[in-house]
Amino acid sequence: MQRRQLLKLMGVAPLASGAGRLMAAPAAGNAKLLVVFLRGAYDCANLLVPIAGTANDFYRSARPTIAVPAPGQPNGALPLNADWGLHPALATTVMPLFQKQQAAFIPFAGTDDLTRSHFETQDSIELGQALDRGRDYRSGFLNRLAGVLGAGPLTAVSPMAFTDQLPIALRGDARAANMALGSVGRQGIDERQSKVIEGMYRNTKLAQPVVEGFAVRDEVQRAVKEEMEAASRNAMTSKGFELVARRMARLMRERFDLGFVDVGGWDTHVGQGAGTGYLANRLDELGRGVAGFAEEMGDDAWRDTVVVVISEFGRTFRENGNKGTDHGHGTVYWVLGGGLSAQAGGRVLGEQVEVSQANLFQNRDYPVLNEYRALFGGLFARMYGLSPTQLDRIFPGVAPRDLRLI
Amino acid sequence: MTTRFFTVLGACALAALTGCSTGTGFGSGRTVATVTLPSAPVDEAMRLRWLDRVSWGASTSSEAQLSRRGLGPWMRDQLNPRPAVLPAAAQLQIDGMTISRTPVDQLAIALDTQRKAADALPDEEQKKAARQAYQQELNRLSREAQQRFVLRALYSPNQLQEQLTWFWMNHFNVNVRKDNLRALIGDYEDGTIRQHALGKFRDLLGATVQHPAMLRYLDNAQNAANRINENYARELMELHTMGVGSGYSQADVQELARVLTGVGVTLRPTDEPPPHMRPALAGDYVRRGLFEFNPQRHDYGSKTLLGRPIVVRGMAEVQEALDRLARAPATARFISRKLAVYFVADDPSPALVDHMADTFTRSDGDIAATLATMFSSPEFSASLGHKFRDPVHYALAGVRLAYDDRVVTHTAPLLGWINRMGEPLYGHETPDGYPLTQSAWASAGQMTTRFEIARAIGGNGAVLFRSDDAMPLERPAFPALAESGAVRAALPGLGADTRAALAGARSPQDWNTFLLASPELMNR
Repeated sequence: MQRRQLLKLMGVAPLASGAGRLMAAPAAGNAKLLVVFLRGAYDCANLLVPIAGTANDFYRSARPTIAVPAPGQPNGALPLNADWGLHPALATTVMPLFQKQQAAFIPFAGTDDLTRSHFETQDSIELGQALDRGRDYRSGFLNRLAGVLGAGPLTAVSPMAFTDQLPIALRGDARAANMALGSVGRQGIDERQSKVIEGMYRNTKLAQPVVEGFAVRDEVQRAVKEEMEAASRNAMTSKGFELVARRMARLMRERFDLGFVDVGGWDTHVGQGAGTGYLANRLDELGRGVAGFAEEMGDDAWRDTVVVVISEFGRTFRENGNKGTDHGHGTVYWVLGGGLSAQAGGRVLGEQVEVSQANLFQNRDYPVLNEYRALFGGLFARMYGLSPTQLDRIFPGVAPRDLRLI
Repeated sequence: MTTRFFTVLGACALAALTGCSTGTGFGSGRTVATVTLPSAPVDEAMRLRWLDRVSWGASTSSEAQLSRRGLGPWMRDQLNPRPAVLPAAAQLQIDGMTISRTPVDQLAIALDTQRKAADALPDEEQKKAARQAYQQELNRLSREAQQRFVLRALYSPNQLQEQLTWFWMNHFNVNVRKDNLRALIGDYEDGTIRQHALGKFRDLLGATVQHPAMLRYLDNAQNAANRINENYARELMELHTMGVGSGYSQADVQELARVLTGVGVTLRPTDEPPPHMRPALAGDYVRRGLFEFNPQRHDYGSKTLLGRPIVVRGMAEVQEALDRLARAPATARFISRKLAVYFVADDPSPALVDHMADTFTRSDGDIAATLATMFSSPEFSASLGHKFRDPVHYALAGVRLAYDDRVVTHTAPLLGWINRMGEPLYGHETPDGYPLTQSAWASAGQMTTRFEIARAIGGNGAVLFRSDDAMPLERPAFPALAESGAVRAALPGLGADTRAALAGARSPQDWNTFLLASPELMNR
């Protein structure tokens, strides 16, 4: 009850600013969130390319062999606004979403964790806890979100990681399922055996995942069956991350509202390529997945959905000795959804500085000007109408930063 | 030799503590590590629990061996292994492998020649076929390494050494999907990891730094003066020795990367003279097999690592840096804790870790001595039966329990089960290796998959005993688990819900499936 009123109140802002897209904004009851974690620290400086003036010059001099060509050249960057161009590998996938105001980018985003260690930083981001005290590895931030939602806004929140392992982000007290969707194997344990096995676990700590596992298995089988039926009607078959993303969309459309998936292969120390090459291929596959996810959700569900693409950190602004890049700091987050607000969709958002040597962090990489917990806090407040007290349970002591994404 | 060996053992037994510091042990001038055992009586149930933890899984025959030898001497054998004698049926399979018959430098150089010849073919169709043949050969070699690992894990009497082989392969993880690592992985595991698995940590570390698999995987083969690549330097401190947040800085990473410049790989024929270079540098050139230290690629500028200057020059810089890393107090704690997480509990007590780190430091990084301290602790005995099995442990323990010492002839299904559970050998993409705690392996989706594997072993395990997937299965196609001595000994200890499930089984396959799927069988 209160939630709906709060949502209405919050809706005043975009209306007043003339956006007029309130009707398109996700309603808390149907809101769906997917977090895509690019593990390995993707090279954000080749996703969002500085294309203006001295920033452009600095970019090209810092990256003599791996700079994405300027707009207008073969395999050149695609202008997003006066300052930034998008990697050309995303021309037919993410660029159309950006033009439809269903995609936005937040540069200089990330965490204050400075170890530049993949594993340490991935963990700390997924935990979403304060950096200066002991960690509780049994409490990821998406799990805390699920806990808060389950106690109020969404009584039947249904989190799911589309991964082999349950990611740290979803570990914790709230129920969370997981299953990788890349290769769904044949199932030999039948209904009767499932019940017997559940019986063996009913008094153990694994009772919940065992029951949840059998339930999810049946859902995934159904989704794959649907896909095979579509394939038999000569629908295009997809592969790689796009296959996974389309399966995720079918499951999230019907059953799950809080999703997580990770994509690896971004640690480009060597030979990463420029407008074409290794990183371009990775971005192409990711872009196909994101666009395929949006399409498969269908207009109605996509309007209620927000996808956030994150990574643990950025990479060195200058290329290294092997036509690659080493570990950096600030990165670029992506936000996509059918219901992005007019002041967010099709824009490059958040606090920004000009790309120059003076503005590099430790004369090495991008600074972090948009802290990720504040960003997620602001987004959660918008999506679910959460109160400051509720947000504080997810990110203790962090003031949310409202970019009015939806 | 034998007499001397037992004399030393006796002396150690009197010292009655871990890593006794006097005398020269069996083998190469090392002390013999022994374990102080708990005072509780060692009955059959306890022997099975020790086997489940120290070996790849208890079986009827391994229990009989342990019983004959006694727990103390058996543990001493495990910590101080002699050359392993495998069952003939397993050794024969290993002896037939290319990776067992051909030195890795020959193998890699020949394959590189094959690759170049393929690339040089003028006809596109021929080129495609030749490249495919090259890739298939790489796949075959990597497959051989997986098979050899599985055969040794299942049947080697040196079970602890085999568990540590997996542990260190995971600690010094490489991924075979990169470059030509499929040709190198067998040698990396056998010549580098297994050989030093229970030895000195410094030797183990030094061997990995000189192996082409590691140098390729973490890009150091491309790290050169003025063309710095930090990848390996960072992981060497973060993952291999000191651990993240233990006191080194970004500047240390950069300095270590400079120390490592020129440390690389060569595929030039082994009888070729060194590359031509200035005489002042030529003396620093090092080549061992595929390993090469090329002074022309090395940064000879002065360096400071962990607050102290590096005083030597050339390849010796690497040794000095490794000495410093291997002997850092942070390394003793980091390695000790990781061993305790693998062998004792997901969250071992700081007291145990400190105790192990003490031994590690006092013994100059002796792995067997550090382990002996761990095995002797009350925390270890109290933890038996409570450590969750990761997929490799689960699959191997299931096969050992079900088929004991009957040697599998077709390892492909077993490797497939391990893959399906998400822990393929040599397949972890990132250098951190697989996680070792329950939370990483006991999620909803993983449990469901695990039950499928229980059914595969319990209902259709005969797939392991044919020569290929096309041959008909023997009958019955399932193992006689209910007849196994080890299973019969374990049955009274199973919980009421598990026994009720077994009682309701509709067939022997059903019974096997429920047993292998039971909560008790998830732990070691």
